[in-house]
Amino acid sequence: MIADFTPWSALGGGILIGLAALLLLVALGRIAGISGIASGLLPPRRGDAAWRLAFVLGLPMGAALWMQGQGGPVLASHAPSWQLALAGLLVGVGTRIGSGCTSGHGVCGLGRLSPRSMVAVPVFMATAMMCVYAWRHLLPGVLW
Amino acid sequence: MNRLAAWLAGLLFGAGLAWSGMADPHKVLGFLDVAGAWDPSLLLVMAGATLTYAIGWRLVIRRGRPWLDTRFYVPAHRRIDGRLLSGAAVFGLGWGLGGYCPGPALAGVGLGNADLAWLLPAMLLGWWLAGRWAR
Repeated sequence: MIADFTPWSALGGGILIGLAALLLLVALGRIAGISGIASGLLPPRRGDAAWRLAFVLGLPMGAALWMQGQGGPVLASHAPSWQLALAGLLVGVGTRIGSGCTSGHGVCGLGRLSPRSMVAVPVFMATAMMCVYAWRHLLPGVLW
Repeated sequence: MNRLAAWLAGLLFGAGLAWSGMADPHKVLGFLDVAGAWDPSLLLVMAGATLTYAIGWRLVIRRGRPWLDTRFYVPAHRRIDGRLLSGAAVFGLGWGLGGYCPGPALAGVGLGNADLAWLLPAMLLGWWLAGRWAR
């Protein structure tokens, strides 16, 4: 049962993400791992902060520009605030301890056949799917 | 100049996230919910991005150095240890609980997504805490 499948925008957006990551590689020699780039600002290090900040500020601007052209829909889940806050905390702690997220380990790590990323990606995919299964199917109605 | 390039890369990345649908937690959770009405879109996002990067990587890394720096900053360690595994596992739990990984959480600010008023500060706190703890 497949609902809401959007293959062309998924593929197009994915290719654009890949090209953006390549631009950072060919211009600055950096891996486009968003958690690594952004968490490197907490705390900022002298001489290493400006490019990180520029990249991080580009993200919401790029999304806003895209949605401007699309007349964007409302995207928020409006889940309970404690659920969102706990989710954010786990994502922050996990990506810093595990040295990467969906971009660093996913797109870039898999793209360059990093052995660490080839382990990390199945691990976070699996725990994410188990987590969704738990709150949507085992405990329905407890969360949003 | 390297700030401009980094900003442009961020801009394209953010636009790609919005275009692909990954800034929408419903689509992300729709992919992660394999027992529900499964939406495989995220798989194509990952495939498009990863294959593009894999091809470009081989071409770019052959050059001795990037345009605006003296060397490539590529993670060298190859050890698969408890930190990698536990960090990835914890990240997955958070991703599944909220439907946001770090890219969409930051890019979504540009879309005025109200979820991020809670999720983003907590993510920044998590980065900061883990950074202190790891030292």
